Amino acid sequence: MLEFQNVSKEFGPVKALANINFKVAKGEIVGLVGENGAGKSTLMKIIFGAYQADSGIILIDGRKTRFSSPRDAMSKGIGMVFQEQSLIGNLSIMENLFLGREREFQKCGLIDFKKMAEASRYQLAKVGLDIDPYMETARLSFSQRQLIELAKVLALEERSSGDLVILLDEPTSVLSEDEVTLLFELVNNLRERAAFIFVSHRLDEVIRLSDRIYVLKDGELVDEVAREKAVASHIQSKMVGREIDTEYYKQDDRLPFAPSPPLLSVQNASVRGRFEKISLDLHAGEVLCLVGTEGSGREAVLRAVFGMHKIDNGRIVYFGNEFLKIRSPNAAVENDVGYMPRERKIEGIFASMNVAENITSCQLPAYARYGLLNKAMELGLADEWIKRLSVKTPSARTDCNRLSGGNQQKVVLAKWRSTGSKIIMLDHPTRGLDIGAKEDVYSMIREMSSAGIGLLLIPDTFEEAIGLGHNIVVIKDGRTVERFDCLKQKVTPFDLVSAMT
Amino acid sequence: MFRNFDIKSLMPIIVLIVLVVFFTAINPNFFSLRNFARIAIAASPFLMVAIGVTFIIVMGSIDLSMEGTVSLSAVIFCFAFLYFGGTLASGGWIALFAAMCFGMFYGALNGFIHAKLLIPSFMSSLAMGFVGIGATVLLTGGGIVRIDDDVFRMLLTYRVQGFPLMVYVAAFFLIAGLLIQKKTILGRNLYAIGGAEDLASASGVPVLKTRIMAFALAGFYYSLAGILQVAKLGQAESVTGANLMFLSITAAVVGGVALWGAIGGVFNALIGVLIVTVINNGMVVIGLPDYIQDGVLGALVIVAVILSTNRSTVKFVK
Repeated sequence: MLEFQNVSKEFGPVKALANINFKVAKGEIVGLVGENGAGKSTLMKIIFGAYQADSGIILIDGRKTRFSSPRDAMSKGIGMVFQEQSLIGNLSIMENLFLGREREFQKCGLIDFKKMAEASRYQLAKVGLDIDPYMETARLSFSQRQLIELAKVLALEERSSGDLVILLDEPTSVLSEDEVTLLFELVNNLRERAAFIFVSHRLDEVIRLSDRIYVLKDGELVDEVAREKAVASHIQSKMVGREIDTEYYKQDDRLPFAPSPPLLSVQNASVRGRFEKISLDLHAGEVLCLVGTEGSGREAVLRAVFGMHKIDNGRIVYFGNEFLKIRSPNAAVENDVGYMPRERKIEGIFASMNVAENITSCQLPAYARYGLLNKAMELGLADEWIKRLSVKTPSARTDCNRLSGGNQQKVVLAKWRSTGSKIIMLDHPTRGLDIGAKEDVYSMIREMSSAGIGLLLIPDTFEEAIGLGHNIVVIKDGRTVERFDCLKQKVTPFDLVSAMT
Repeated sequence: MFRNFDIKSLMPIIVLIVLVVFFTAINPNFFSLRNFARIAIAASPFLMVAIGVTFIIVMGSIDLSMEGTVSLSAVIFCFAFLYFGGTLASGGWIALFAAMCFGMFYGALNGFIHAKLLIPSFMSSLAMGFVGIGATVLLTGGGIVRIDDDVFRMLLTYRVQGFPLMVYVAAFFLIAGLLIQKKTILGRNLYAIGGAEDLASASGVPVLKTRIMAFALAGFYYSLAGILQVAKLGQAESVTGANLMFLSITAAVVGGVALWGAIGGVFNALIGVLIVTVINNGMVVIGLPDYIQDGVLGALVIVAVILSTNRSTVKFVK
């Protein structure tokens, strides 16, 4: 009933999706898998109307169509159950279910809540929930909220012209094992009402639920597997795909780091609800990669080291000094620990400040005399680093939001390098960058490593982890599950995927 | 030279020029040194308040304590002035420092309540403003404290180039404000916090300390406004700071300071203050009846905000 023919989507120079051919029939449950950044969410957003395809054809029941907005897609029978739950917590269940449709229950300008509650009970029965529709959604459990999301999507049945296509985006990530089983039963029972597209990074679950599985790799559909033939290891190898190009990661430049006491030693540290009993050592000149799925707790480890999360158990020793405690980002910066967060636009760069101001933003006291900032010194430092990292910018006074992503990333790196940080943590430093800019970031990582800086890296892809890291730690559900020493053994993406999923 | 040139950022200045031309066309007396001096006198205390609140708005917060802080520091100044002999020469100058220190302390307390106790600045500062006015009424018994010192009143009576001394005092602190904004760590950090607080914190900016310092700075400027009000009127009472809340925030916004933070600054506050004062003064000069002036001011302020601010990138208004 829904079919994609040769659909492509580009973001500037980056090809997010290339010639996607994809279809889903009524009564079918289709799985969609791929590693982080393979294009899953882009594909979902096109189906849901949040993005428009650059080329290709979308058919519904054999007729050509296009989704100009999520609203338009909904009216054509596309429903989405979001990963980040989209219920408004301070509104009741029924208000959430009929948000934007209150007019249907209006009487003389007032909302007839009795009628709305009745209609809600009918919708909730579809997902087997017997619950008071007057209750605030904030008081519900995750799994109940998930079911209400599903009911909200199923409420489209009565409104859209044809049958429903329902997208489930990582629906199991917050559910317990029993709840997952319940959800799967429910989805199976709803088969005759709708077609489902199931996106998840938990491969076993995808195989369990789906009739067919599509494998995405670098924006292309590289395989389509029927359930009967689905084997986890085969799908994993397809997700990982091509051989790595050693040249590309400057693997030859990866010198063994000199043995030294660790700069950073995380010892059995736990942060409740995020990770448990993680231990790792980082040495001068070492690149240590943390690999894991979204939500595995990788980011939280970096944030804990940076003083943003309080550790409940265990300890973190910096520079071998057991008495040095870092409890705030401010203290981290003062002790030469730098952190480049993942969301460059939100957390990495001050968009309305210029290049020089961004570079000095964490070391202002060093550029002040008698309380007044010395702009000449500030600009001098900026010019030096613009040259060293070949940042492409008209000048040090240019606002950072006018720079390309790669150059913004260089500015953030310049910020930490110029303060003399000895430990630098990078979260997805190449996310969203084109090939050339990525290579620049790789060279910078190599250069920092040879300068004796300890680097804790969350890579964007497995290839990056293998190509850049001296050591790789695999984290799953907040625990260390595997360690690899890249200098001693040849690690393959397959090894990493197997450990992760 | 024309890097980042944006016509929108010049709009407040254009609005100001248009207003001056408009009022001059109706009554040529508007464009005279005498009238400009009047405008400058009215604008001086008002500018101090607007600069103070601009620091807070740039940081992405709001401060509504100005009326209370201005009144209270004005009254404290008067009492201290009388205590130290009632003339500047006899030791009244100590009162100047007392008032400034008090303003700074009161602002810091305001900032502490907001930032440390995690109360939204809107609420904490509004409450502190009321506390300030209440304390003023208590201190004065609801009455008026007068100061009658010719030397101190020279701030108003002694003129240089047609403008009284208090205008030069205000200009001095205007320049100091610009310097703080552009050249100090505090100034830079205000923009960092207003632009992206999480990032500022991740860059090691001491957010809590900066917030409290910003409110202390604002309180300092409010106390300057209190002293200038006393210089202007020769007295202090609980309504010395009346109306300054609406006017100063309006002035900042009209001048191009964005209420969501990080955009605009002290210079914008100056232009905004001049726009509002020119509207106020112009209405008198062209002979608008007293009882409709408030209404017209409100309406003109809305027009000025529409003309002078860049709202095209604003996704939602709260």
